[in-house]
Amino acid sequence: MVAFDEMTGSGQELRPAYDALDRWLKEAPAETLALRRSQAELFFRRIGITFAVYGDEESTERLIPFDIIPRVLTKPEWTKLEAGLRQRVTALNMFLADVYGPKECLKAGIIPPDLVYRNACYQLEMVDFKVPHGVYCHIAGIDVVRVDADTFYVLEDNARTPSGVSYMMENREVMLRLFPELFAMHRVAPVDNYPDQLLATLRSVAPRSAPSDPTICLLTPGQYNSAFYEHSFLADKLGVELVEGSDLLVKDDVVYMRTTQGPKRVDVIYRRIDDDFIDPLVFRGDSVLGVPGIIGAYKAGNVTLANAVGTGVADDKAVYSYMPEIVKFFTGEEPILKNVPTFRCREPEANAYVLDNLEKLVVKEVNGSGGYGMLVGPHANKAQIETFRRKLKASPEGFIAQPTLALSTCPTFVASGVAPRHVDLRPYVLSGANGISCVPGGLTRVALKEGSLVVNSSQGGGTKDTWVLDA
Amino acid sequence: MRIRISHTISYEYAEPARHIAQILRLTPRDHDGQHVMSWRIEPSIDGRLRASQDAHGNIVHTFYADGPISALGIKVDGLIETVDLAGVIRGGLERVPCDVYRRDTLLTAQDDALRAFTDEATAGAGTPLSQMHALMAAVHERMTCLDASGHTGVGAPAAFAAGEAIAQDIAHVFMACARHLGQPARYVSGYVARSDDLPLGSGAHAWAEVYLDGYGWIGFDSANGLCPIDTHVRVAVGLDFADAAPVRGSRQGGGGENLNVLVTAQEAGSRQVNQ
Repeated sequence: MVAFDEMTGSGQELRPAYDALDRWLKEAPAETLALRRSQAELFFRRIGITFAVYGDEESTERLIPFDIIPRVLTKPEWTKLEAGLRQRVTALNMFLADVYGPKECLKAGIIPPDLVYRNACYQLEMVDFKVPHGVYCHIAGIDVVRVDADTFYVLEDNARTPSGVSYMMENREVMLRLFPELFAMHRVAPVDNYPDQLLATLRSVAPRSAPSDPTICLLTPGQYNSAFYEHSFLADKLGVELVEGSDLLVKDDVVYMRTTQGPKRVDVIYRRIDDDFIDPLVFRGDSVLGVPGIIGAYKAGNVTLANAVGTGVADDKAVYSYMPEIVKFFTGEEPILKNVPTFRCREPEANAYVLDNLEKLVVKEVNGSGGYGMLVGPHANKAQIETFRRKLKASPEGFIAQPTLALSTCPTFVASGVAPRHVDLRPYVLSGANGISCVPGGLTRVALKEGSLVVNSSQGGGTKDTWVLDA
Repeated sequence: MRIRISHTISYEYAEPARHIAQILRLTPRDHDGQHVMSWRIEPSIDGRLRASQDAHGNIVHTFYADGPISALGIKVDGLIETVDLAGVIRGGLERVPCDVYRRDTLLTAQDDALRAFTDEATAGAGTPLSQMHALMAAVHERMTCLDASGHTGVGAPAAFAAGEAIAQDIAHVFMACARHLGQPARYVSGYVARSDDLPLGSGAHAWAEVYLDGYGWIGFDSANGLCPIDTHVRVAVGLDFADAAPVRGSRQGGGGENLNVLVTAQEAGSRQVNQ
């Protein structure tokens, strides 16, 4: 399987966006590049940008590897991709408003009602509740992969609490410091306005009763969360308070933040705590991370939660397989971005096929994320395949399977020099009462092991700066 | 039957609590089988009590109080008129589609033992209704009902393995089995009045309801081995105990907690004649 390469296409040509970069790579002395690479690592170490790996006893905090060769998209490529992302996120928000409201898409048979009603992420508390300004998914991270010059597939819609945007911003920061000459050669669209856009989005969805300058805070599960660095980074960039559950108090359906000047009323909460843990009075009673009564305040219309509760029903991997129909139904347009063909193991015929072809397929847990609980058939050993065969037979409804895609590759520094490695892209799409916005690019993740298709940082992936060329 | 209910929940805290928030599902609704004549919830301390409705249509009271609070009592007094409809629920408020109740939860998880037990218990039953009756009889036979004081819930698989459980887990066992057969099943928390027809005593109780095409929701009380009669007062329904719990609370400070619950549910006056 020869993958499309971002720089060289089928391997023979040099794609126009990479012209100057290719020249620079060839001309820059090897020592200079090595020096800059170690400087980049030092920079990340100094700012303390780390992530936690679950199930790794050696070190809970690690540096995420950064590759200095940027991934480049041309303006026309990005324009088309962005249109697809806007369409997709519009459909996701309309789908959520529908399943928690009139349920037209279920009545029309677009998606089996069972997939919604029996889904643990379909939060009954949200049924018939009108979210502020009709927006459910304020921050979406849509994972896309490329297979040729013109074709992008959506691999996953992340509609709950997508992370990684701090890497997008830090990667650019590091590149600007280490390689000013590269930015002189290219017109790269900036990404540093993301916090302004996020703040504008959050302000736009404040409850109608809130003052014109609403109080916003960022709710984190705390320093043991894998994305805690990002939470503190974003709170700082947004200029809002970073709070834990115990810093908030609900009284008479109003949320207050403890401050040195006494309790302060909160209007919008950018929460990075999962639904299950956000309110022990409504969801998991054993949660010590959440805020008792916050759902009562939310449903009384006194506070906005971003993202809304219950968005997980839209990014479930079984629901994912219906996204082309969902996009068509709600937008009336043909989907711009493709969906990976998906076998729904809940359907006996599909499961039979999957069981016969495990060595060729990628099998994913319907409710899994972060690359955990996943089988990549072509790279799995016999024992791993047999483990999944047993799981699939025991609870087929818990899994989907997809063909392995030839993810595009991008030149990457490895021990032996520069070599192609598979990449994906997570652009961040913001939805508010002020419309949809999306900073050009996103986070490019790269699978550093040769031939590996798993780009998740928890599975040994790294990141790259992503450039959208303005001209 | 006219039933008078008195339910007192008392908390004592080792140290004064600074703030208390509770969600109370302690108020029944009317349906064809029951009519609420009077109902009152009274906390022993000052605070704000706000009524609302949850996803299942249950009446929910949210209670907030500021400390220092060294003790809290929630007192419920009510009078309700019930009719024996053989467990069939009509005229109730249904807010979510019944397919929602086919969802498995932590407390109603199925395991191989429960599935095998269900298949064996219902093997000879022809219709879904007779399957449910066979299942209720089998669960009743299999499970010993423990007194709620001194025992806590463990969820369906563990309760089934132990062969003895409190009423709420016997309901979970029945629900897990019913959901294995593809039937929507839900948890009911309520009260039962003393009656010669019931092997168990009176007080707070829990059972299950199953949705059957052509009938609607029907109650199955496996702990007592019968469908609810006019001794049963339905208060709240949910996906499981956690979803329909009479009280869910949280507090700041307070240290250890001492909980006392006193329930009486007794027939008041004479039995009404119903058609």
